[in-house]
Amino acid sequence: MELDPEDVFRDEDEDPESQFFQEKEASKEFVVYLIDASPKMFSSTCLSEDEKQESHFHIAVSCIAHSLKSHIINRSNDEIAICFFNTREKKNLQELNGVYVFNVEKREGLDRPTAKLIKDFDSIEESFMNDIGSKNGIVSDSRENSLYSALWVAQALLRKGSSKTADKRIFLFTNEDDPFGSMRISVKEDMTRTTLQRAKDAQDLGISIELLPLSHPDKPFDISIFYKDLIGLNGDELTEFMPSVGQKLEDMKDQLKKRVLAKRIAKRITFMICDGLSIELNGYALLRPATPGTITWLDSTTNLPIKVERSYVCADTGAIMQEPIQRIQPYKNQNVMFTAAELSEVKKITTGHLKLLGFKPLSCLKDYHNMKPSTFLYPSDKEVIGSTRAFIALHRSMLQLGRFAVAFYGGTTPPRLVALVAQDEIESDGGQVEPPGINMIYLPYSNDIRDIDELHSKPGVAAPRASEDQLKKASALMRRLELKDFSVCQFANPALQKHYAILQAIALDEEQLRETRDETLPDEDGMNRPGVVKAIEEFKESIYGDDPEEESDSGAKEKSRKRKAADAGDYDFVELAKTGKLKDLTVVELKTYLTANNLPVGGKKDALINRILAHVSK
Amino acid sequence: MARNREGLVLLVDVGPAMHSVLPDVEKTCSLLMQKKLIHNRFDEVGIVLFGTQETENELARDIGGYENVVVFRNIKVVDELVVDSVKRLPRGPVAGDFLDALIVGMDMLIKMYGAGQRGKKRLCLITNAASPTKDPFEGTKDEQVSTIAVKMAAEGIKMESIVMRANASGDVDEKIIEENDHLLSLFSSNAIAKTVYVDSPLSLLGSLKTRRVAPVTLFRGDLEINPTMKIKVWVYKKVAEERLPTLKMYSDKAPPSDKFAKHEVTIDYDYKVTEETSEVIAPEERIKGFRYGPHVIPISPDEMETLKFKTEKGMKLLGFTDASNILRHYYMKDVNIVVPDPSKEKSVIAVSAFAREMKQANKVAIVRCVWRNGQGNVVVGVLTPNVSERDDTPDSFYFNVLPFAEDIREFPFPSFSRFPASWKPDEQQQAVADNLVKMLDLAPSLKEEVLKPELTPNPVLQRFYEYLELKSRSTDAALPPMDEAFKRIMEQDPELSSTNKSIADAFRGSFEVKENPKLRKASKRMLRDKPAGSDDEDNHMITYNATENNVDTVGDANPVQDFEAIISRRDGNDWIDRAISEMKKRIVKLVEDSTTDEGDKVLECLLALRKGCVLEQEPKQFNEFLNHLHELCQERKLSHILEDFTSKKITMIPKSEAADSDVADEKADDLTVKQEPKLES
Repeated sequence: MELDPEDVFRDEDEDPESQFFQEKEASKEFVVYLIDASPKMFSSTCLSEDEKQESHFHIAVSCIAHSLKSHIINRSNDEIAICFFNTREKKNLQELNGVYVFNVEKREGLDRPTAKLIKDFDSIEESFMNDIGSKNGIVSDSRENSLYSALWVAQALLRKGSSKTADKRIFLFTNEDDPFGSMRISVKEDMTRTTLQRAKDAQDLGISIELLPLSHPDKPFDISIFYKDLIGLNGDELTEFMPSVGQKLEDMKDQLKKRVLAKRIAKRITFMICDGLSIELNGYALLRPATPGTITWLDSTTNLPIKVERSYVCADTGAIMQEPIQRIQPYKNQNVMFTAAELSEVKKITTGHLKLLGFKPLSCLKDYHNMKPSTFLYPSDKEVIGSTRAFIALHRSMLQLGRFAVAFYGGTTPPRLVALVAQDEIESDGGQVEPPGINMIYLPYSNDIRDIDELHSKPGVAAPRASEDQLKKASALMRRLELKDFSVCQFANPALQKHYAILQAIALDEEQLRETRDETLPDEDGMNRPGVVKAIEEFKESIYGDDPEEESDSGAKEKSRKRKAADAGDYDFVELAKTGKLKDLTVVELKTYLTANNLPVGGKKDALINRILAHVSK
Repeated sequence: MARNREGLVLLVDVGPAMHSVLPDVEKTCSLLMQKKLIHNRFDEVGIVLFGTQETENELARDIGGYENVVVFRNIKVVDELVVDSVKRLPRGPVAGDFLDALIVGMDMLIKMYGAGQRGKKRLCLITNAASPTKDPFEGTKDEQVSTIAVKMAAEGIKMESIVMRANASGDVDEKIIEENDHLLSLFSSNAIAKTVYVDSPLSLLGSLKTRRVAPVTLFRGDLEINPTMKIKVWVYKKVAEERLPTLKMYSDKAPPSDKFAKHEVTIDYDYKVTEETSEVIAPEERIKGFRYGPHVIPISPDEMETLKFKTEKGMKLLGFTDASNILRHYYMKDVNIVVPDPSKEKSVIAVSAFAREMKQANKVAIVRCVWRNGQGNVVVGVLTPNVSERDDTPDSFYFNVLPFAEDIREFPFPSFSRFPASWKPDEQQQAVADNLVKMLDLAPSLKEEVLKPELTPNPVLQRFYEYLELKSRSTDAALPPMDEAFKRIMEQDPELSSTNKSIADAFRGSFEVKENPKLRKASKRMLRDKPAGSDDEDNHMITYNATENNVDTVGDANPVQDFEAIISRRDGNDWIDRAISEMKKRIVKLVEDSTTDEGDKVLECLLALRKGCVLEQEPKQFNEFLNHLHELCQERKLSHILEDFTSKKITMIPKSEAADSDVADEKADDLTVKQEPKLES
């Protein structure tokens, strides 16, 4: 499987903005997962997806395992550390009791996640009691305070790097809302004070502490007892925080997933509403196709990355050409010459602003008015005060009147007309489902739209339409095949899952490939339910009648395939191959031989000839 | 005619009422010819003008009648001349009869191609359809038109009418317009014909599909409801971006005397162990690797082949769901259309049943698709109904790709309701906004919707082809300015905004915005360079270019300005490091070829670098560099610079200025002390 170099180094005609959408991983994130391992974390349970009782510890650990996997795939430059507190054993640089930094060989405390770490962490629950152990580390007599120690250790781990270049965060998992509750009043006050001070010190160093609380089914986690001060929430934010107190594993995973991803502004956009009034927006790429990542070429003997150098060579003289290279377009019997600068000047027709042109009812936005993933717009008052207010007003009006804005956006190549569709906030138990804001949808130009309908019309001949009975059967079938609770992002990409399963297996020298399930296949059990089968049968019968077999062709037979096979006989390929005259044939003619002999037909002419030669000589 | 070749006859109304729009018609037609020259070089084109003084066509000669219709160009392969000649259409003095012209055009096509070439013969009528048509010798106009249309359908001729409706005022006869519209609609119902009404030069430019792409199915196969029930469908692209033509690279290295020079450029790839060596690694010694965490995992092609995700071609239905469940912004790509196999009547009916029922119940279908056997991935998408308005067109579905779980980044955003009151609009402001959204209307109920994507041309492509034409005549032709017509997509319609001036004024008055005064200098400067709603666009472009777009190296002339420009760039996260390293290089260079008068410049740069490093909190970078520089100066015995360091008090960045610094305040100017031992050794 040779890689086409063109694929790696895209032509410069390609969208230069695509690189901005792929979200460069320039700024890193340092994360310490701090997990309470007190006996209470093991004894408390709550319901999981499949209605089983799961311990809080299990929930926390599986969330983190999940999150690690997405780290290694999507953001492998991030550095992470895993740290338990309230443990029997201790392992940390400061030699503090009750704190255990979990790690694997060849890895610093805070480092990029490796395959080994993920693998070992996956089985942490089996080995935890033996190797690390659970023990309440807050003891009033000895003045031990494992929470305090844990924060200290975490802060020390995060000492690395500048807070300018990396986001530093601590994720704290606990189900104890009142860690010093059982203390004597004086000790409690003292411990609370020192712990809060510790947290504040960390925050002053640019470390943010985020709490992922776990609730008991009968006693919700009360954040106001202690933690609101620790994470520095005030009144307003408190209400914002509360709904996110998770009870279920799934909610927790969602929570963590949302929080782990740092919000990255893809682009700052100036939105010109009318003459003399512009507001500031931030554009976010919330939806972008995830890819297996780029290929790195390695030296097969050392497995070290190799350097790929590209050079432009003049075909006539063999001289190395310097970039930028002139371009030509054959036109009117001559080669019209363009310099790179001229070409980029052609494309530069406007500033990068977003200009409002007017509004239309939502019905004007057709299903085929789409070019690429949308961009999410959210206002910012950072540079232009008053932006948010104007944005909210337009947002509300558009929602209420069922209209969208048409605007011209100069920030892409080519600049495009865009539809700005207001999206109201949607919330569920698990938190925000859709953020409030405006989605920018890129519209096609007239020549981008193809008229396929017309191709399939037969003028004067009425196209067959479904009868009343057929419609009724279709309706019954549709009701049977209703997807309950369908949500857009419920499927994992099976190709990507498989790809990473392969990588993981090879990286860890595993014999067995982790099974990946293709979630996108139809639900066979569901499809085989008698009701569904019956509805399908009835619909089928209403369309195809009694004849259970596929209908026969009413139109012309497919001739193309036949033609391909027949044509190959025109030349004596063996003879041509012997005399070296294959190159005199056209590519089309060469391909007839290849098709006739079931050989691949891809590649350049030389490749085709070689393939025929190889086949003939057999 | 070859398989993928088209025969087109343009029928252009050049009568008096069209004179004002003819320049735009000429532009559109010339663009069409240009694109044919580049992309469909074997297409054949004829041009018929009507409304002319003269009469010059075969039908008039042979049977009489058909006056004021001139065959401007007989059907022949598109050539350079036609690009020019359509730009200079003669103006005619007569109100022409478009039916006469249609018959002349049709006659030309039939005589040229006979009954073959179904669907490859096209008539394109450009008129305002405001002048009366003559009564036929026998029967009614309706009958006559129907006969022509049926004949057209039988001959496999397609027709496209572009009707200008720019100024519906004054001397036009409503009755005639009504009648003509009716006649044109008769074509649509009897032949493959469509009529587009355009009301601005912009939509005129967009109305003619200038780029002809032969539609190709990307899938033909089964839409599987379950293993026993399958519908035969074809899938095409409904939307695909039209790009600039791929321009070839050109080499001018060959000597001018070499007449056989190909002037081609090939791209070579060298695979090397390190950048320095010239040793190249042979293809069989290379292996592909993928990044997984900090490691790159090598995978051999065999492993890849045996392990990779395998797929089987097909479309499988997963189920139906409410249309409201699929928000519009989840559509990920350009759009496909799923049409029933035209030779399978039952499939046509099955698609029709689903499409109509889905539309009625407001449902959509979720499907899993693999377009080709063995394709490395699958897509999950949504089918939305496309119920045909025309009797002769089968119903179909649009297909949009939906995101996978991995494709979504769910960042939480604060709820608007949680914002402080000062950030939210009050009632009066809300009313003003409502008014703006209502009144700045692009789809008024009584008029045609403006800025329809279907009628909006791509400004960049338009400009490229115009430039190409100019350059073909003179190599150093200047880039033409943007066509006036495109103002309509780049700015608000002046007419619309002037009628709604009071509303816009009210909006501006109610929503005051101002620059944030607390902003840091660097980002403030950026804001100034990109003025909000600035009027002097030109002026703005210059500053924008100088400070934002082009500067990515610290040059010789204005190193300090360059440095400041780069370090304040916010279009990527690498710029700070880039700026600092560039500046360091520049300073070292200055020091190395130092003459005495360069000393000031070194200091200037160094001060700028120090300031930048304090602002961006990169003290280490500066401190290390300063040490290095100090050593360098001592090695080279550049004592004057060293003296300047002390006299101008250039010190390391201490903790008090940047928290990350590991230099204590009192040690900041300790360079000399630290370096002393080295000096002696």
